[in-house]
Amino acid sequence: MSQRNVIPFGPQHPVLPEPIHLDLVTEDETVIEAIPSIGFVHRGLEKLVEKKDYQDFVYVAERICGICSFMHGMTYCQAVEEIMEIAVPERALYLRTVWAELSRIHSHLMWLGLAADAFGFESLFMNCWRLREGILDIIEATTGGRVIFGSCKIGGVRRDIDDETMKGIVEKLGTIGAEIGRTTDVFLNDYSVQHRLKGIGVLSGEEAHALGTVGPVLRASGVAMDARKIDYAAYRNLKFEPVVEKAGDCHARCRVRVREIFQSVDLIGQAARKMPGGEIFVKVTGAPNGEFFSRVEQPRGEVIYYVKANGTKNLQRFRVRTPTFANLPAMVKMLEGASIADVPNIILTIDPCISCVER
Amino acid sequence: MFFKKSPWIIHYDATSCNGCDIEVVASLTPMYDLERFGIVNTGNPKHADIFVVTGAVNESSRMVVKNIYDQMPNPKVVVAVGICATSGGVFRECYNVLGGVDKVIPVDVYVPGCAARPESIIDGIITALDILERRLVEFRKAKSEARRQEKKLRRYHLND
Amino acid sequence: MTEEQTTITMEKDELLGAVSDFHSQGYRLAQICCTALGDTIEINYSFDKEYRFKNLRLSIRPDEEIQSISIIYWSAFTYENEMSELFGVKIRNIVVDYKGHFYRTAVATPFVAPEPDAGNATEKE
Repeated sequence: MSQRNVIPFGPQHPVLPEPIHLDLVTEDETVIEAIPSIGFVHRGLEKLVEKKDYQDFVYVAERICGICSFMHGMTYCQAVEEIMEIAVPERALYLRTVWAELSRIHSHLMWLGLAADAFGFESLFMNCWRLREGILDIIEATTGGRVIFGSCKIGGVRRDIDDETMKGIVEKLGTIGAEIGRTTDVFLNDYSVQHRLKGIGVLSGEEAHALGTVGPVLRASGVAMDARKIDYAAYRNLKFEPVVEKAGDCHARCRVRVREIFQSVDLIGQAARKMPGGEIFVKVTGAPNGEFFSRVEQPRGEVIYYVKANGTKNLQRFRVRTPTFANLPAMVKMLEGASIADVPNIILTIDPCISCVER
Repeated sequence: MFFKKSPWIIHYDATSCNGCDIEVVASLTPMYDLERFGIVNTGNPKHADIFVVTGAVNESSRMVVKNIYDQMPNPKVVVAVGICATSGGVFRECYNVLGGVDKVIPVDVYVPGCAARPESIIDGIITALDILERRLVEFRKAKSEARRQEKKLRRYHLND
Repeated sequence: MTEEQTTITMEKDELLGAVSDFHSQGYRLAQICCTALGDTIEINYSFDKEYRFKNLRLSIRPDEEIQSISIIYWSAFTYENEMSELFGVKIRNIVVDYKGHFYRTAVATPFVAPEPDAGNATEKE
């Protein structure tokens, strides 16, 4: 019987750009138990709805997380639009879809880079981030921002993308897509990458379902659950199937994200072809009264926004359940029995977004 | 005086939304390439010269920020990246946000923006380099002065 | 409406039975959420199965104690710790109980404290 030690992990850790603290109870090199403690990024912005006007709150919602900022804004707008029964113009829905998918591509590329950094493949990390800049250029050209888009508002979107630009975007995505393909081949086929990720942090489909995981973590365990199938925005008119992998290990989660990049490129192409003309927003007056759970598939999984309004300008309650929050229990379970050297990889493969978790 | 040719930075996210963190890392990657100034991102506060903080400070991160700052060797500079780190930004009114980073540690350079652009982050860090160099001169002066005083004292002791 | 969302209202004593019903039917715990409405606290337990969204609603007084559902859905412990910390809901038998050290906020139970920000805002200036 070897001795048990408690190794603190974080909040400031080279692998994570964000603070999360874990107490790892270890026996030799094996983790017996992992106890997460959060709160380093807790701002309490849910309470801010009581001070801000419901239309202005879109700006705060976008700043919940700087990676999927557009999708946060979009989910919030959808929730309020559902309560107020606003018919958002079709073109606005398509534009939202395009920006959402662009966010997904840039988020997954970013994650691939960070994952490469976590297992010590520095040049691969740099390459992924270089490719990501291409996507950010498109985003900047169409919205004006690299991180916070500010293009979503209640009732539609703020900016239009004209057809000429849309064609250019699809073309550019084609060329970037080919380059991304060359880089992601390394993730899929390279021996040393597979050596670090295969068979690590295995989560079976039943376990993943029981633990309430969402997004790529759930899909990598063989469960086809993709909140885009709920048919919000323009997804009801687009053809796609959830990306599913069977193995449930770190490499499977990596493969899911790689394949989702190309799925998103395809979805943007479809959306560009089918995009109708017309208005991009409707004028919104009055105040919401009612409640709704709005669900959107973010790069990290399904996000749930609960909005409760009582007919005044300030909402009564605003609550965000982010995908990483749902994936935390799964992370704790995966860490049990893992080797200390694999801890960063396992944490990274749930794609933790701590500022989302703690809001 | 070649100190400013190879300063290392350490990055900590106080309560940032991730936007500025990602931009800090993005400014280190090939497109913007802070490494051409000899700057390397390190995870160890004891190796770092420049402390890049993003986001406002909250109840839990206050001690961590202070700790990292105290662990860094002298001379050191602090760069507050983003509007949250400067004043709290949109989250100023939240119950758990104390305010800008300067509530906890002295800040030398403020980089505005939400999220701060990589160009302005690079600009902020380059500004910090000059401050770092100045601090180094002062630090060396103070150190040699202290050494002289110590020697003097020792001589007195010997004469006794 | 993008999707149907059904809400079932229930009593405190029916909670564990209703949740285990959902568990045996293979529902996934989507989220637990708390709303402070003056003198009552409303708790929503949301479940999802094949994109069908169901909601269990429970209204309690602030001083009432409820049972933890983390013995049925293990992953509920994060939500329940959050509720007890931010809303001061008393929850019995949480599997992993942080006892108020989950978020470590500056203000205790910020979402139900009477006018918690009025004093703070002036202090901060």
